[in-house]
Amino acid sequence: MIALETHDLTVTYHKRPVLYGVDVEIEAGSLVGIIGPNGAGKSTLIKSIMGVVPSSGGWVKVFGKPLQENLHRVGYVPQRESVDWDFPVTVMDVALMGTYGKLGLFGRVGKREKIIASEALDKVGMLPYAKRQIGNLSGGQQQRVFLARALAQDSDLYFMDEPFTGVDAATESAIITLLKEMRENGKTVIVVHHDLQTASDYFDHLLLLNMRLVAYGKTAEMYTTDLLQKTYGGRLTILDEVAERAAKIPAASHDIS
Amino acid sequence: MIIEISNFGIHLALTLGQKAPIAAICVGICCGLLGCFVVLRRVALLGDAISHAVFPGVVAGFMWSDERNPWIIFLCALLAGLLGVIVVRAIVSSTKLKSDAALGIVLASFFAIGIFWNSTQQFVGVNSFLFGDLTTISDDDLWLMLGSTLIVSVLIFLFLRPFRVLSFDEGFAIGLGYPVKLLNGLFFGLLAFSVVVALQAVGVILVSAMLITPAATAYLLTDRIQKMMGLSVLLGIIAALGGWLIANLDVRFQSGPMITLVAAFIFALTYFLAPRHGVLSKFLRHSGMKSRVHRENTLKAIYRIIESDGFKAAGVGVEQLAEVRKLSFEQVSKDGQQLVRNGEASWEEGKSAIYLTSPGWRRAAEIVRNHRLWELYLTDQADYAADHVHEDAEKIEHILGADTVRKLERDLNFPEFDPHGKPIPSLEATLQIERAIGKQEETGY
Repeated sequence: MIALETHDLTVTYHKRPVLYGVDVEIEAGSLVGIIGPNGAGKSTLIKSIMGVVPSSGGWVKVFGKPLQENLHRVGYVPQRESVDWDFPVTVMDVALMGTYGKLGLFGRVGKREKIIASEALDKVGMLPYAKRQIGNLSGGQQQRVFLARALAQDSDLYFMDEPFTGVDAATESAIITLLKEMRENGKTVIVVHHDLQTASDYFDHLLLLNMRLVAYGKTAEMYTTDLLQKTYGGRLTILDEVAERAAKIPAASHDIS
Repeated sequence: MIIEISNFGIHLALTLGQKAPIAAICVGICCGLLGCFVVLRRVALLGDAISHAVFPGVVAGFMWSDERNPWIIFLCALLAGLLGVIVVRAIVSSTKLKSDAALGIVLASFFAIGIFWNSTQQFVGVNSFLFGDLTTISDDDLWLMLGSTLIVSVLIFLFLRPFRVLSFDEGFAIGLGYPVKLLNGLFFGLLAFSVVVALQAVGVILVSAMLITPAATAYLLTDRIQKMMGLSVLLGIIAALGGWLIANLDVRFQSGPMITLVAAFIFALTYFLAPRHGVLSKFLRHSGMKSRVHRENTLKAIYRIIESDGFKAAGVGVEQLAEVRKLSFEQVSKDGQQLVRNGEASWEEGKSAIYLTSPGWRRAAEIVRNHRLWELYLTDQADYAADHVHEDAEKIEHILGADTVRKLERDLNFPEFDPHGKPIPSLEATLQIERAIGKQEETGY
């Protein structure tokens, strides 16, 4: 089954195209990484699919229907930096927001919703913090709260915008474990990711993007010099960088006088 | 004047009935509720722009109604305010200008239109809309305010949850399938509504103060949105009623500035005195911490002197301490007395020497232990060079909790010496030395 299909999806910003005619079909049950250099339009792609930024052309289908008709089957996790963490709500309040989609505009939050939100928080290890104001959390904890909110939505298709940015190593591995578990449960998860190094371990499919769709396919098939070169421009700057970084890894130094 | 003040209560009851205070309460509720979202969504400037933009509407209302019909004025003002919002949105979406510039343009030009128009006509009563005047409120005005307040309150209550999600995370609200454009329209409509309600009380120029100040004050006092809304309404009512009462003291006072000043005064009080975010409590916490650090540094210096002496003496001379601390004799004497007050040392005037008590000794050893453990941790586990760790440990030693210290000890396998070769005083060693010194003290040092 096809979870997501976009056809000729185009986004312009102040008349400048930032994303040209993206055609892609993503199988249900895939864990997909969207990879590309800075300014490639990775976040823009999922924002335009979600309708958060308007697209100037093309269409999106989710599970065979226009997005608006199947919106209840879609969960969206924006970038952590996109919200004000001083906002006067608790961790529990944010997790509860995940249940709002099914409640409609006026439905009341009841026991059922609270149980769903608690379970979601428990799953990401944030239940002990339920009553805290969200500003008193570390970056990794904030990302976990966002994830709990997505889990509480109980969607079939998820879009996540840079969930690994600015989180600690423990959170990163906890998140990827969770994402893989979601895939085992038949969910489709599409993640904007900027680290080429970890992408091969994390995702089963990669979507290479640089203002246009460069390629989409199984992760192993995407790691060719040709495709990466197309994605990252003439020179493989990232690869150079990584090689340089690898060369710099020092043998543990103990220069204690 | 004097008669007016002396017959304050009668005066109010006779000339105003209960209209003014009821109007003030309406303003407090409307602005308090909407203000929370204005502050949280960071659109404070928009409130200001709307309030100025309604002014030409007020003048139009005066022009098109025979004798100051409040319904027509209300409607015209509302339309002018919404027109202002539409112009702002149009400028932002069709040019590269950001909303602050667009708001500035709309605010000033709409207001200027109103002023110019009014100057050509010279309507009586327009001034009360400029600076606010609760004393001129008519029965119709009051009904209008009551009705509007009811509408605003009910709609906010109904749409509380969508508004909250929208204010927190608009992208997520879109993902939920909320009609975001419609909700935003409703929000800005309600905002214009509240501005018009508050016009008569505080006036065009100062309406934004009522929208922002009570909500901002409430925000400093709590980090739960429900409490913030309740507090904001309460503070709004207090400001409006208080300002009105003060304005009644003197005919020259106008209610608008007075209400604004009361709100600002409450904000200032909160700013300084709020229990958690207040400047004063922050200062007190900070200076409490500072004096503790200072005291602990004195203890540490005493420990070091005794240590360098081979733990033979139980006390140190003030002069010696002054030398180690690089402080004046007077300052160190004061520090010593501080320790005495805290039960951490005893003081012998004749010898001008400081003796640590049991708690003082344990605390001193604890600080030294923290310092040396942290130094060792930095060199051993974080690969710092040994000559780089002292400064950092000087700060960390005061904030390491007992749990962290136990963990450090375990991780470092209960070390005996720090990177500089000095012994790390374990708890047992400390108690032993304490007993030994105690005996010396009994036998007479």
